[in-house]
Amino acid sequence: MDQPTPEPAIIINGVTQQFGPRVIFQDVSCTIARGEVFVILGGSGCGKSTLLRQIVGLLPPSAGSITVLGHDMYAGRGDVLTRIGVMFQAGALFGSMTLLENVMLPLQVYTDLPEAACARVAQVKLSLVGLGDFGRLMPAEISGGMAKRAAIARALALDPPLLFLDEPSAGLDPITSAGIDQLILDLRRDLGTTFVLVTHELASILAIADRCLMLDRTAKGVIAEGDPRVLRDESTHPTVRAFFRREAEQLPAEPAKAAAA
Amino acid sequence: MPGSPADPPPSGATLAISEAGGATVLRFAGTLDSVASGTLWLRATRAAAGKPAVVLDLAQLAGCDTTGAALLAELAESDGAEIRAAGPQVQALLDRVQAIGPAPPPPAPPALTWREVLRGGLVAALGGVAFLGETLVALVRLPARARQFRRADLLRTADQAGVQAVPLIVLLGTLMGLILAFQSLVPMQRFGADIFVANLVAISLIRELGPLLAAVILAGRTGSAFAAEIGTMKVNQEIDALATMDIDPVTMLVLPRMLAAMLVMPALTVLLEMSGLLGMTLVMVGAGYPPVTVANQVAQWVQPADFFGGLSKAVVFGAVVAGIGCRAGLATGNGPRAVGLSATSAVVGGIVATIVLDGLFAVVFYRLGI
Repeated sequence: MDQPTPEPAIIINGVTQQFGPRVIFQDVSCTIARGEVFVILGGSGCGKSTLLRQIVGLLPPSAGSITVLGHDMYAGRGDVLTRIGVMFQAGALFGSMTLLENVMLPLQVYTDLPEAACARVAQVKLSLVGLGDFGRLMPAEISGGMAKRAAIARALALDPPLLFLDEPSAGLDPITSAGIDQLILDLRRDLGTTFVLVTHELASILAIADRCLMLDRTAKGVIAEGDPRVLRDESTHPTVRAFFRREAEQLPAEPAKAAAA
Repeated sequence: MPGSPADPPPSGATLAISEAGGATVLRFAGTLDSVASGTLWLRATRAAAGKPAVVLDLAQLAGCDTTGAALLAELAESDGAEIRAAGPQVQALLDRVQAIGPAPPPPAPPALTWREVLRGGLVAALGGVAFLGETLVALVRLPARARQFRRADLLRTADQAGVQAVPLIVLLGTLMGLILAFQSLVPMQRFGADIFVANLVAISLIRELGPLLAAVILAGRTGSAFAAEIGTMKVNQEIDALATMDIDPVTMLVLPRMLAAMLVMPALTVLLEMSGLLGMTLVMVGAGYPPVTVANQVAQWVQPADFFGGLSKAVVFGAVVAGIGCRAGLATGNGPRAVGLSATSAVVGGIVATIVLDGLFAVVFYRLGI
């Protein structure tokens, strides 16, 4: 749980990212309120995961600033990293630890809980994601979907007020995916957790997202922001409409072929 | 924003313990989050342990997280425990945690018997023999699978294992010659036999130490790299992808590496020997012998059979070290830890096999009168 502050959970102000001369996106700004379920979406290569890496403090932006829970992420962020949880796309579980030990790690480092208590709390977290019977397995012994769920459990270990989930439902069956959606809603209701998700799963977006931010590779920035249901029904932007209506876009030609043509 | 909650209450909780009506009353106040639960856990559980009646008074508890709910659930499990005045948020989390129950006890670590250890060793040895067979079969079938053999891999590996190892080989070879010569010179001078230091070092380097040290360097630099590279491919299912394309992993991955190692090992060995002789010459010059005297001494005593015998050993060492590295990679289990274990076993296996083979070569050369 977090100290009450008047600030929003996240403020992204004029953020630009470029690698050498290649601009991924520029001048991205938005504000994410506490308790919100916020989705970053867009086509492949538009910079969704890059923006997420910037927000969680892994990639300093080329320009602009990012404030998380009242702290600038790249100038004196204090203990903010203990108050956020991050689930990476491939899980990023520690291969030398069991699932239970993976989830116990933040509890052992940041609390004075005795070992048995850490194990009990970790067991609760694993059970929340449907892995209560698998805590003794090693990450190498479980499927990709299970690893993803275990990573969510680890991100939940300290019940952080702010959770980042990169593609939490990708590769999961619809029932498990719906279970994770429900878990997100339950945690938001019970603990007031703020969620920032990167996902392509339309069903999940429409079921749980309060707002979304849509990036576009061609525009190199934000092309839509707001309630996904409103965007689906009312947006006139062709890419936004294509995304929400699952319409195919013509793939860009290879540069060499395009030049030859 | 639908269902947006208010800002969470401040962190931190207090616990007051008292006795009332024959029951132990634990009165929680504030917000029971992970950090506060860690602080209060032992105190609360010790206060409740063995008590006939425990009352959890939660009227002042503004909220909790799942760790706090786990603490309350732990306390509520004792006989005669009673929860009073839990708020809806606390009660909802408590219900969820109580539905899950405590963590199962950890399983006892498996105890290995001697029979299992021996069986594991036998299986590993048979696996090595099977790998040798697979490699020979792949070599025989190479003309029919020539497209699966990537020459670019052969050249890249030769560059990595050979050219890039040159500075290390020269440095270690020179130091080895210097040390051997210096350590031999002191006792040999007592008998006036210091000129024979050149013979001693030259024979040692060219017959034994040159190939051996080059093989140890190959195992440390290249065998481990083979194991890590192929092991990572195994973890990433790239080996499976080859199998589904009916491409033989041994032909595509193992043969180029083994051939590259066999090609570069004689060159590395010669380089190491030359560097060692240079180091020895420096010491001898320092002791007052001109370089031409040292060169004559070496030329008189070192026979072509010594030189070519050493080179033939180097070729075999190269094949064995590379083969063990590739086998360790292909036998990698799942996860990054398995890749590390494979790299370790490649280095250890490569060095041990090299020394054992060197002993066998010594016996064979003796029998052949070389």
